[in-house]
Amino acid sequence: MENRPGVLARVSSCLARRGFNIHSLAVGPTIDPGLSRITVVVESEKLEQVKKQLHKLINVIRIFELEPSKAVERETMLIRVAAIGNARTEAIEVANIFKATVVDVGYNSLTFEVTGRPAKLNDLIELLRPFGVVELVKSGRIAIGRAPKSKPSRMRAVG
Amino acid sequence: MLASRKPTTMTTITGSQSVISSLEHEGVDLIFGIPGGAILPAYDPLYSSPIRHILARHEQGAGHMAAGYAWATGRVGVCVATSGPGATNLVTPLADALMDSVPMVAITGQVPTHAVGNDAFQEAYTVGITMPTTKHNYFVTDPDDIPTVIHQAFHLASSGRPGPVLVDLPKDVLNQETEWHPPQDLDLPGYKPTLDGHPRRVKEAVEMLAASRRPVLYVGGGIIKSEASEALTRFAEITNIPVVTTLMGRGAIPDSHPLCLGMPGMHGNYTAITSMQKCDVLAAFGVRFDDRVTGDPNHFAVDAKIIHADVDPAEIGKVRTADIPIVADARRVLTQMIKAWGDRSPVANQEWWETIREWQTKYPLSYDQQPDGPIKPQFVIDELARVTGGDAILVAGVGQHQMWASQFWNFDRPRRWINSGGLGTMGFAVPAAIGAKAGMSDELVYAVDGDGCFQMTFQELITAAAHGIPVKVAVFNNGAHGMVKQWQKLFYGGRLSASLLNSEVVDYVKLAEGMGCIGLRAEAPEEVGPILEKSLTIDDRPVVVEMVVDPDEMVFPMVPAGGSNDNVILGPEPAD
Repeated sequence: MENRPGVLARVSSCLARRGFNIHSLAVGPTIDPGLSRITVVVESEKLEQVKKQLHKLINVIRIFELEPSKAVERETMLIRVAAIGNARTEAIEVANIFKATVVDVGYNSLTFEVTGRPAKLNDLIELLRPFGVVELVKSGRIAIGRAPKSKPSRMRAVG
Repeated sequence: MLASRKPTTMTTITGSQSVISSLEHEGVDLIFGIPGGAILPAYDPLYSSPIRHILARHEQGAGHMAAGYAWATGRVGVCVATSGPGATNLVTPLADALMDSVPMVAITGQVPTHAVGNDAFQEAYTVGITMPTTKHNYFVTDPDDIPTVIHQAFHLASSGRPGPVLVDLPKDVLNQETEWHPPQDLDLPGYKPTLDGHPRRVKEAVEMLAASRRPVLYVGGGIIKSEASEALTRFAEITNIPVVTTLMGRGAIPDSHPLCLGMPGMHGNYTAITSMQKCDVLAAFGVRFDDRVTGDPNHFAVDAKIIHADVDPAEIGKVRTADIPIVADARRVLTQMIKAWGDRSPVANQEWWETIREWQTKYPLSYDQQPDGPIKPQFVIDELARVTGGDAILVAGVGQHQMWASQFWNFDRPRRWINSGGLGTMGFAVPAAIGAKAGMSDELVYAVDGDGCFQMTFQELITAAAHGIPVKVAVFNNGAHGMVKQWQKLFYGGRLSASLLNSEVVDYVKLAEGMGCIGLRAEAPEEVGPILEKSLTIDDRPVVVEMVVDPDEMVFPMVPAGGSNDNVILGPEPAD
């Protein structure tokens, strides 16, 4: 969509207006400074209608439907757990398995950063829960369609 | 086109002058509005502009006037309001125009940019409030953007599926210095309406219709908006397919045309409703399968294959899955269909037509006007048609009177019927009629209004009197919110909760005279014709004709809300 003030409000307002629940929404600029990209996760039997209604927004340029099986999905999470003494080492061991890194240490807490598929993040939350989760922030899901795995039969010129 | 007053390029002007120059550049000759603090700068250059300004008495009136103008002329209607309450009063006409796809541009003032967000005097978040009630809206922060934004606003309002566009202008932006330059590039990468139907789909549609035995063309406002009447009539004629015209599409094909079955839907006629229910192919052009047409969608035209052509892709498949979806402008796709039909014979639908003619004979629209009984509202419509020869732009509000007008008037061409369909905005008629008359001063514009509707916006008759816009309004006085009362009688055990208007309080003749209009009244059937004739002789000021009608008359046929269109209630007595 066009990178203009208020576009995010238009998209979320349109979804709310048509009664579609937003599970996750992430927005950021693209390689073209005039354009930004929203990744929105909605659960709906009327996905076609969602797309058509969003397409009516003048500032929306293209809509891609990314099926989970044909896309790389990622989410980043910051999670702070209560951890003093031995618990610290235990929490770090669990986090290491998930390639989570410690980004902040307090006198009674540890904060991890982890990126991955939504399921992986949820698993880590479950394993850290016994320590006591003090705070948790998720970035919202972003995704990119998977590139073709074989050479197309006819190469097209790329401009 | 107006004499151009726009300054030559590179001359420094104010943002306000740029707004007015931009409107002139778009060919605007008439705007409807009310000044106020934040929009005040724009009213100064307007003072010396050839654009005529009609000073409405309420911003809602200004908005509906712009809509009436757009309906009647086919051009973009323009309304102007100040910030805060001025802008919020426009919300209803904007929502109305969005629902009925009316091309409209609203210009609103806003508090200065430095004050925005500070709860300043007369501040409202206009762009946020009107986001869901406009096709698109703009908040202008740089006066240099004004020519481009206004050009885009007019383009968006009038192209694709038309609709209202709002431009919000902070006062400091209006006061700043800028340059006016003719707008160049539309640069709307996210807006490219598809106008031509896909040739393969068009071919499939033609083949499906050619093989059908009980086809119906279901047409609506899209035909009017895209000026497709001629193409529609031609296509219906070469195929011999019956046509139903929705409330928004009345006049798309003349009611007098033998192929026209009239209006379907909740208060449509039996033949129009039932032909859709029983058809084998329903070819829909410029319609949206509105609930007032389909009734319960699960019981609507269950045996029919659906061809659905609309310029808005979101309408196709929204309510009913289309077997052949066509995204296209109605006029273009009908022209394509005519070409694709070529020299085929008309559809072999003689049996279908026999059935249709039987229904028409058996279940005509009717009412019972007793010579010594109360005036029947339907009789007023018939008398109005008789005295005017049908040569009028008819405008209605919302409710019983609207349905009677649509049922009993014979619409002979498009843009002669103006009403609020989708949003169902009571109070629409008086201001919309003023807008229509202001845009089409040579035409007779007659509003048919209910007393409930009239009491919502009648103050705009002061506008009409002040500006010399001689509209005529027939007020159907039944002392009630008639349609509400009808539902209460039919579905709420006759408990008339808050639907009666205490008609003894209001003297419509005096009220009219108090607003600089002529007031007339008819209380008996024999007075109706002469009073209407008298109203036609007055052309120097607006006329209000009070019709004291039967308070117990109800609109039939009727399909109860959410019910199946198989169960048409034909009248107050149980159907046979």
